[in-house]
Amino acid sequence: MANYRNNAFAIEALVRQAEVHRDVYVDPEIFEIEMEHLFPNSWVYVGHASQLAKPGDFITATIGRQPVMASRHTDGTIHVFYNRCPHKGVKIASEPCGHTGKFFRCPYHAWSFKTDGSLLAIPLKKGYEGTGFGDAQANEGLSKIKNVVVYRDFIFAQLNDNGVSFEDYFGESLSTIDNMVERSPEGKLAVVAAPIRYMHTCNWKMLVENQTDTCHPMVAHESSAGTAVKVWKREQGDGTETPMAVQLYGPFMSPYEFYEQSGIRIWPNGHGHTGVANSIHSNYSDIEGYLAQMVAAYGEKRAHEILGEVRHNTVYFPNVMVKGAVQILRNFIPIAVDKTLVESWVYRLVGAPDKLYERALMYNRFINAPTSIVGHDDLEMYERAQEGLKSNGNQWVNLQRLYEAGEPADVTAVINGTSERQMRNQFHAWAKFMTIDMDKRIEAAE
Amino acid sequence: MITEKTITDFVYREADLLDTMQWQAWLDLFHPEGRYWMPLEWQQQDPVLQPSLMYEDLLLLKVRVERLAGERTFSQKPKSRCHHLLQAPQIIACDPEAGLFKARTSYIYTETRGDMLERYSGWASHDLVRVGDDLKIKLKRVDLVNFDAPFGNIQLFM
Repeated sequence: MANYRNNAFAIEALVRQAEVHRDVYVDPEIFEIEMEHLFPNSWVYVGHASQLAKPGDFITATIGRQPVMASRHTDGTIHVFYNRCPHKGVKIASEPCGHTGKFFRCPYHAWSFKTDGSLLAIPLKKGYEGTGFGDAQANEGLSKIKNVVVYRDFIFAQLNDNGVSFEDYFGESLSTIDNMVERSPEGKLAVVAAPIRYMHTCNWKMLVENQTDTCHPMVAHESSAGTAVKVWKREQGDGTETPMAVQLYGPFMSPYEFYEQSGIRIWPNGHGHTGVANSIHSNYSDIEGYLAQMVAAYGEKRAHEILGEVRHNTVYFPNVMVKGAVQILRNFIPIAVDKTLVESWVYRLVGAPDKLYERALMYNRFINAPTSIVGHDDLEMYERAQEGLKSNGNQWVNLQRLYEAGEPADVTAVINGTSERQMRNQFHAWAKFMTIDMDKRIEAAE
Repeated sequence: MITEKTITDFVYREADLLDTMQWQAWLDLFHPEGRYWMPLEWQQQDPVLQPSLMYEDLLLLKVRVERLAGERTFSQKPKSRCHHLLQAPQIIACDPEAGLFKARTSYIYTETRGDMLERYSGWASHDLVRVGDDLKIKLKRVDLVNFDAPFGNIQLFM
């Protein structure tokens, strides 16, 4: 096994044109380097501004494994900082969300901080007089993350102070978030409930790859979606109205040709989406009153454009997937090399009929819950891969479907929907953001 | 005549059918409009506009049961097994006049598959209705004590 630490060359060698070495999924050192380099160099989803409605509201999150928190300051601005007291390291906030009032107070020694993270007060402050405390990092309060962007209420942060800018990092991929927001007649989304949480005993990247893997649904999900379709046909016949549940399950069984023509769009920096021409979300029933609201809000032409965009899964590299058409965001949170926490959030379309939220919640529990039969199918595959990759018989994972020699990386392109090019796109970005802040001259000199 | 003991026996029998994997007999306990609900919030009121882990009608429960036996249900190779340890059910209502039969039962539930074993604790609430001489499930509600924690696969029924 190679030594990967501070070895950009060895890390880059794990990613070939159409193969990746299994160490990217199973090697604990690679996981540590992902936490130290890949996640800090990337823009990572922290939360949604609707979770911080009032000054003093806060949420907690992790970037890679590092605990962070976001808060709404007195002046209405949103701040993100590391969730640790500058004194002894105690986490300031221990709940997923809450309201702190006018300031944060560490429960250990009562150091307090304004809602922008700056130090407010320390009990018995005179004990620090003449100690040079003014020059200590602790005097700055909660360590602040400088690179924070709130894009249409989606809060992203980048831990590395000198990383790629938000605009350059995401580019045109933000159009999926745009579409999800515009699906609200008021142009507004709201988080009104906790996410569904699902623990996976596999590497986080397997989940991300699966989001644009269109050759698995009709195989791996035959047991769930296939059975749902079969039972429905037998029990109810084809003559009556199809219930919402069957509409959600059914399209998973679409044939290869459906996914081929649906297309995949890739963008630079590892982002991409399935469902360009149409998708598994195309044929849901209209919900009464919704189209009229959308036409009133956006006009006939624009409303149809917004609703006609039915992208399937959009990967925001490294670890987020967004479904605009059903208002879901899945956050693949790395815990260990073989452990990933998946939090699946549903956004409510402000001003839209309840039925849309009902459908989104139903989709989320059908597909993304620990009690989801579709989830059971997928997790079984990830777990088997995590085990199977320990085999030394073949140390490479093949991502060659529809590979074309010399295909360019970091471009925008629309391709056949069964291509594995988005996975290749992700690994190109993976190698880039793993090593972008490593000093490659050292390796070159060795 | 439906007595408190009828309700208690029903709750025990339901758990026994699950533990012995008599899936069809278990489905037969449900009223045609019965529901199986696993909330995702503390003292949750609304199964439709608040998130749940499960809120399934008989059709969806049939899909689950049929899936368990499927030739290509790979997450059931090997098969899961389960065990219900129930506290004596607390009778919430036993009113034949009004047709109200309700029980709440504290439980420890174990689900195993291969070398894995997971244990869950919570409360099962049964809303039953009389159909002929039998009781049928109108709503089985399963509240986990740690509904907000991330679980791995839960493939059978609590």
